[in-house]
Amino acid sequence: MTPLKQSLELGLSLCRTCGLVVSREALRIDPRCPRCQSRIEQRTPFSIETTLAWLIAGIVFYIPANLLPVMHTSGLLGEQDSTILGGILEFWRSGDWDIALLIFIASVAVPFTKFIAIGLLLFTVRKNSRWQQHQRTVLYRIVEFIGYWSMLDVIVVALTSALMQFQVLGTAEPRAGIAFFCAVVVVTMLSALSFDPRLIWDRPA
Amino acid sequence: MSAAPTPPSEAELPTPAVQNRRWIPRLVWVVPIAAAVIGISLLVRNWANQGPQITISFLSGEGVQVGKTLVKYRDVTVGQVSAVVLSADHKTVVVSANLSKDVASLLKADTQFWIVRPRIGVGSVSGLETLLSGVYIGMKTGTATGRERQFTGLENPPALSHGPHGRELQLHAARAGSLGIGAPVYFRQFQVGRVIDENLQLDGSTRVTVFVEAPYDGFVTPVTRFWHASGIDVKLGADGLSVQTESLAAVLAGGLAFDNGPIEVMPAVAGMPGDFTLYKDETEAMAPPDGDPHYVRMRFSQALRGLDVGAPVEFVGVNIGSVVAVDLGYEREGNSFPVIVTAKLYPRRMGQAYEVLAAQGKTGSEETLAAFAGTLVRQGLRAQPRSASLLTGKLYIALDFLPASPRVAFDASIRPLELPTVNGSFQELEANIGRLVKKVNDLPLEQIAADLHTDLEDLHETLSELHTRALPNAEDTLSALHRTLASADRTLDVESPLQLGLTETLSETRSTLRAVRELADYLDRHPEALLRGRRPQKMPQGHAASSSETKP
Repeated sequence: MTPLKQSLELGLSLCRTCGLVVSREALRIDPRCPRCQSRIEQRTPFSIETTLAWLIAGIVFYIPANLLPVMHTSGLLGEQDSTILGGILEFWRSGDWDIALLIFIASVAVPFTKFIAIGLLLFTVRKNSRWQQHQRTVLYRIVEFIGYWSMLDVIVVALTSALMQFQVLGTAEPRAGIAFFCAVVVVTMLSALSFDPRLIWDRPA
Repeated sequence: MSAAPTPPSEAELPTPAVQNRRWIPRLVWVVPIAAAVIGISLLVRNWANQGPQITISFLSGEGVQVGKTLVKYRDVTVGQVSAVVLSADHKTVVVSANLSKDVASLLKADTQFWIVRPRIGVGSVSGLETLLSGVYIGMKTGTATGRERQFTGLENPPALSHGPHGRELQLHAARAGSLGIGAPVYFRQFQVGRVIDENLQLDGSTRVTVFVEAPYDGFVTPVTRFWHASGIDVKLGADGLSVQTESLAAVLAGGLAFDNGPIEVMPAVAGMPGDFTLYKDETEAMAPPDGDPHYVRMRFSQALRGLDVGAPVEFVGVNIGSVVAVDLGYEREGNSFPVIVTAKLYPRRMGQAYEVLAAQGKTGSEETLAAFAGTLVRQGLRAQPRSASLLTGKLYIALDFLPASPRVAFDASIRPLELPTVNGSFQELEANIGRLVKKVNDLPLEQIAADLHTDLEDLHETLSELHTRALPNAEDTLSALHRTLASADRTLDVESPLQLGLTETLSETRSTLRAVRELADYLDRHPEALLRGRRPQKMPQGHAASSSETKP
């Protein structure tokens, strides 16, 4: 593939908010986008570091999110604290493999995908790798897209807790785990957001 | 689109702004650090709150599910089963459970665990909630000081898992009877406790553990007696029929009752405070303690049909023991088969005599008691079988003073003591009856009957003669008599002429007699009148003149 000219070489900058291409000359006077007034950077400053920080926070939050129970149900047949993995196993065992699969994808597969993908992007960018630049950009788009799907779990717990309030017959309450899981989702989304995909295409100076 | 280029501004690149920006990424690092701190603090807290993990071995793990079966203390969840595995020898099921930290202090060496399953008994229904929720593991803390992490689960729940305050008492009995765990304990027909355990001791006796609830455990004193209250007690006494029972539940499921025994006597078994003897019934419980039995042997030279093991031995009419064995002996000389009766006697039942002995300190050893028995034998104490009831033919052994009986040697050194005997009165009675029957047999009954017969025939003849001859005459006589009486009746009537005549005659006679009396009076005053005749009277004139004229 013949290397295309980069914006750096053309003296142009892209507004990441509204997509406006601005000449660097103009930005010297006013670093803000003339259209949407958001700040335009040549490259998001300290993008790698920020992304890494959020990513680590996400991974750290992911541990208690899985260890702590996310929901407490009590009913005629006793009471129970369910963790995410425990819930998946329970659904799987009771034959609801579709629900188990859905929860597994939303709460295990997606976060892990994000961790690995962001980690990979960070690593390759750091190495100034020229490997699969296009694919990596697609990967970044995917990560951005699937980010909020992890909120599915949080919504399930919120709905269940809100709907299942039958006093003696059965009640469900959220537990600390779901807050951590929510934090994982938010933090990984912030991580993906703070990553500057343009770095993928940067050539070593 | 872009702003106009301004060449001079190129020199004034905002380098300080770069410095400023450097703070932003550092600030971002706060997030993972905060996450790590939160995570670590959670881990630490979790670790700090990690309760003890215990293992309990049960014979059966029926219904126990990993992750579902709960451990409950006072019906509050304190833990959860984390694993169920077979023990190494495959004989028990080892249940591991994670308990919460705050119950760690309850895990004493004698803390008890049991699986709560639904139970339905006559006396109680329990664990019904487990029908829906599945079994759970009950827990009852102990009192021992040592900590323990490995327990052996109970197969039956303790009747009192976490009871109110009260006292646990141990009752010793030869037989537990129809008691079950949970059977009620009554004090004056009021349920105050329950049987919480019963087990067979190694010596074959049973130990019943009862729990008496708090306000009522004060009724249990060292003199308290416990007895079986199950069943219905029907007594036919001198004051009529009396039926006594503690409660219907006790009739069905068995039960215990207690009350204070006679205050003056201390309990026979007083090993520990809280150890009591369980008596068969109230009468036995309330009887003064018997003390240790002493065995005696009696040799009877007569058949003792009707003498059973357990038959009473009475001393001067008071039951002081019972027969424990009736054996057939054999004596070479004379080739006889005496009946050897072994009996146990309770000297305490002898009342004041025992007290006197005790005061002299003679009750301590067998020897002194034997010596005392020796003196009694010298005074004529003999054992004698007697008939307890003519209806059933049962016998009892009477120890009585029979001074007329021949003297016998008494060896106080034989164990068991051998008491001299005399033959039973019932046999004498039998002999007397035999003699009587013989005499009756000897009577010339036929002769007497024949004589009687002829006499009766004579009597009959006499009577018929009387009937045919004497009776018609008697009839005539009677009618004649009747007539006579009628005429007599008529004669004696007030209106009859005879009566009238008689009345007149009598009045005549009366006036005559009055005249004679007047004459006599006159003559008494005037004796000369006999000679001179009557003179007229002077005064009073009227009367004198008239009276003097009528008289001569």
